[in-house]
Amino acid sequence: MAGSSIMESFFQRSLDDLIKGLRLQVTEYNFISKSLEEIKREIKSTDIQTKSIALEKLTYLNSIHSVDMIWASFHVVEVMSSTKFIHKKIGYLAASQSFNESTDVILLITNQLRKDLNSSNQFEAGLALECLAVIGNTDLARDLTPEIFTLLSSSKEFVRKKAVAVILRVFNKYPDAVRVSFKRLVENLESVNSDPTAAIGVFCELCSKDPRSYLPLAPEFYKILVDSKNNWVLIKVLKVFSKLAPLEPRLAKRIVDPIGEHMKRTSSKSLMFECIRTVVTCLTDYEVILKLAVEKIRDCFLSDNDDDPNLKYLGLQVLSILGSKQHLWAVVENKEFVIKSLSDLDPNIKFESLRLVMEMVSEGNVAEITHYLVGAALKSDPEFCNEILGSILMTCSRNVYKVIVDFDWYVSLLGDISRNPHCQKGEEIERQLVDICLRVAEVRPEIVRVARDLLIDPALLSNPYMHRILRAAVWVSGEHIELSRNPFELMEALLQPRTNLLPPLVRAVYIQSAFKVLVFCLYSYLGPKEVILTPVGDLAPEESAEASEQEASFSEGDEYFDPRMKRSGAGHTWDRNIDNGQASSSASLENDPFTHESIFNMLNMIKMALGPLSGSDEVEVQERAGNVLGLIDLMEQELPGLLVREGSLRGEEFQGVKVLDLLQNAFSKELGPVSLSAQQRVPVPEGLLLKENLSELETVCGDINLTPSSSFSLGSVLFVERHNSQQTEKESEPSSESTSLLSEHRKRHGLYYLSADKNGSGSNDYPPVNELSNAIDGAQDLLRLPGQSVDSKKKSTTKRRPVVVRLDDGEEAPVSGVQKPKDSKDDILSGAIRNILLGDETKHMSSQSNPSNTEKRNGKEVSLDTGHVPQSKDMGEIENPSTSISQHGNERRRRSKKKDGEESSHKEKQKSHRQGRSKTRQTAEIQSPVIPDFLL
Amino acid sequence: MIEAVVVMNTQGKPRLTKFYNYVPMEKQQEIVRSIYGVLCSRAENVSNFIKADSIFGPETRLVYKHYATLYIVFVFDSSENELAMLDLIQVFVETLDKCFKNVCELDVVFNFSKIHTILNEIIFGGQVLETSSTEVMKAVEEITKLEKAEVKHKLITENEGVSGRFELEVHLVLSHTRSEKCSTVMA
Repeated sequence: MAGSSIMESFFQRSLDDLIKGLRLQVTEYNFISKSLEEIKREIKSTDIQTKSIALEKLTYLNSIHSVDMIWASFHVVEVMSSTKFIHKKIGYLAASQSFNESTDVILLITNQLRKDLNSSNQFEAGLALECLAVIGNTDLARDLTPEIFTLLSSSKEFVRKKAVAVILRVFNKYPDAVRVSFKRLVENLESVNSDPTAAIGVFCELCSKDPRSYLPLAPEFYKILVDSKNNWVLIKVLKVFSKLAPLEPRLAKRIVDPIGEHMKRTSSKSLMFECIRTVVTCLTDYEVILKLAVEKIRDCFLSDNDDDPNLKYLGLQVLSILGSKQHLWAVVENKEFVIKSLSDLDPNIKFESLRLVMEMVSEGNVAEITHYLVGAALKSDPEFCNEILGSILMTCSRNVYKVIVDFDWYVSLLGDISRNPHCQKGEEIERQLVDICLRVAEVRPEIVRVARDLLIDPALLSNPYMHRILRAAVWVSGEHIELSRNPFELMEALLQPRTNLLPPLVRAVYIQSAFKVLVFCLYSYLGPKEVILTPVGDLAPEESAEASEQEASFSEGDEYFDPRMKRSGAGHTWDRNIDNGQASSSASLENDPFTHESIFNMLNMIKMALGPLSGSDEVEVQERAGNVLGLIDLMEQELPGLLVREGSLRGEEFQGVKVLDLLQNAFSKELGPVSLSAQQRVPVPEGLLLKENLSELETVCGDINLTPSSSFSLGSVLFVERHNSQQTEKESEPSSESTSLLSEHRKRHGLYYLSADKNGSGSNDYPPVNELSNAIDGAQDLLRLPGQSVDSKKKSTTKRRPVVVRLDDGEEAPVSGVQKPKDSKDDILSGAIRNILLGDETKHMSSQSNPSNTEKRNGKEVSLDTGHVPQSKDMGEIENPSTSISQHGNERRRRSKKKDGEESSHKEKQKSHRQGRSKTRQTAEIQSPVIPDFLL
Repeated sequence: MIEAVVVMNTQGKPRLTKFYNYVPMEKQQEIVRSIYGVLCSRAENVSNFIKADSIFGPETRLVYKHYATLYIVFVFDSSENELAMLDLIQVFVETLDKCFKNVCELDVVFNFSKIHTILNEIIFGGQVLETSSTEVMKAVEEITKLEKAEVKHKLITENEGVSGRFELEVHLVLSHTRSEKCSTVMA
């Protein structure tokens, strides 16, 4: 045994050997596992030297090569408990690297830590404190509070500052420690001869969680702010004040001057930055210092002479704090610099300056700025390019497009952005295109034009980021086909072969739009005369009023679209255009494009393109293709007959024309935006058992592969069913087909249906932005079915900016208004601290004339414990530190005496403590002036 | 507070990792890798701050400095001042330099324990305790002296056995090893 032990320590690899060995290896893995075996053997050695070296190696492997060392926890404890400092140090390092709160052997180290904390060797105490600061859990914090309390007033700086710093961990884990050690912590803050770095650091952390509790300490902090020469301490105390000042306006007023002094005097950039940040975050009401801060930002951070990117970045950052706080003038003053920074090499600076540029955007300059930015985006790397585009989109759409006056311009901007080769913002552009189309009626012709430009470009189809945008473009073109200059060209674009690159859901929208275009063309070719001829009585009674309105509006539109008027003359031109394959859209407005040949060509083209799709695997695609082909079948049977009797067309004799009529009616209905919460406000009708029906459907449709989109999941269950029934009814009952198409359309674009509230409010117009909220508030109106949508397309033309439909609520995604639940520990902690600070202060509110502080507080703490009558202010004044220390001593002695009975009395204390806390809460609310008057 | 200190070389090999809030091993590796991924993609002469929200939670950032073949990275939250952190890295490196006379990566590689000692004097449980490299040096030198004295002492009293008074809990488990030890000395 002896031999092996000596041999072990002689031939053991040291950490250096291990590292050297590792460096020689090409593949470290084998070497590490071999060394690990060695370590596992050595660490069981009885020789503490061997053991500790093994542990040191293991810690190294753990730290650098991520080797697990949980298994060695017990050995860590063994090495920690060695009497030799050199071993102990290895043990403690291993513990703080590998232990966590839930490591089970942590139970074993309490006494070891206590012993080391009490050690006469300050470095041993230092090791224990370090370890505690990293792995301390509630038990350790509770059990070791007395030792830490002693160390807080140690004469050795080395230990004392560590004890102060460890307090943060102790308070967090065991808030009751506050009662014991808070005043000593404050002493460390005030002490003239010692360095307050650690103490102020602790208070800075504590304040960031619950600033209000520390308001009573404002005089101490203020003293540091005025007196300290240490930049680090000043930075920390400024951090504290930036938390406290918003809570107490009088405090803010007090600190303005000292901060100004520091700003004028200091040469340290870090302190300067902290001063500026404090000013811009919480002292913006004080004009003089704000001006000074802005000046310093410009001189110290945004100057070109100093080419430090860090300073530029931070300078821009504080500027953007100002920008977001209604002090845009500061940003505008530095406009040149900001714009220049946009082309900086540094990504941080670019992003910050972009944010600032976007903050400067207003109605007046939005076009200018975005024009510049879109140009800049083209030149940027993809990441920043998308950042630019994203922020343009966000800024412009903010608050329902508040900054946009010229929507034609904005829509064409969206088109331009889409064409940016790096653009990955398809989803947002899609949303905005549809959104604007629904909200701003005036801009629709322009949207249709932009959409057309996007759709006829075959190159865009291969870019997956474009698909979403194309989907919006297709939907817009189909929905507002009457605004299109050349439906045939559009149809060609919708059916171009490259559309097979699209994902099925987008393709389905393409086909649906093609359906709408087809209906429109056929209707324009065959319909208008028929509309005029159809007697009102033919329609269902509830639709008659609508239909007559529609007729009225159509007769207006007929000026453009009545094919009868100029058909004979224009047929040639159109045919030739088609043949050449380059349709000129300008010609079609003047000339009637709807000739027999053009219609016939179109039907053939559709059949060619969609025929194969009727067997598609995708439900949406297949069904929509089926719908289109079904209509074409129907029309082709009757078209010859119609054409023969072209001269005196009597549409109502033909079934196909009736179908067309119904479809056109359905498609030409206006769609509007719907409030997000509209559906929630519809009460479930009595007798409707939603859940039961659905569960039945589930069994029926369980094995059917539904459409991949989850957003339609509910709809598609019904949809499949209707699809089946529709197949059978289709031929016999055309009217039901159109109804089902309509409702299908509604389901597909249900989001865009507006419930009938606008009619309900009695306004035939788009209500102006601000008035609508009242109009829509009438929840009753929302109960009406969305089918009765607004027909009137007229709008007031007096306003320069087109009316943007805006709903009262549900515009924004519901913000989770729930506050982050506070950590209960934090609560207890702040409660404890208030108990000490506020509780005392309020008791002594009458003796506020005496500002000085700790001595008094010490005395009071004692009196609280012993239940004495609170000491008078005279006592507080007379008291000196030495007596207060002796009182601490008393208290400690009492504590140790009581130790046995502590368990029970502890509970009692907690109870009374809780009561006390709730009391102080109340008093804190009532008694706001918790800061002694001399400061304020 | 400071969340973590990472020293790694320009190939992404960690040379020192210290996390002040417990982070599981796998997460640590992942963090080091992702930090390296960000650092090596950054150009020279750009600002030294990177937002670290995705790794360490809201409002955290990392600041790094590039020295020869080493990156020194501090991760910190909103209660620290950015420029002061940058200065603190400088203090750390200055201290290393004083300690090792022209510090280089090899010094960091071979002085695992000492680097930790130095760092512990500057940052304690995420709190900055000392910003003067002279003060740090003083403490580190004393600790080293203490260690060396013990090594000498150890050479003289080699194999004396473990003589420490074990605490109760530890003692229970260790008692047999001690008697074993005694027997080895006897033999």
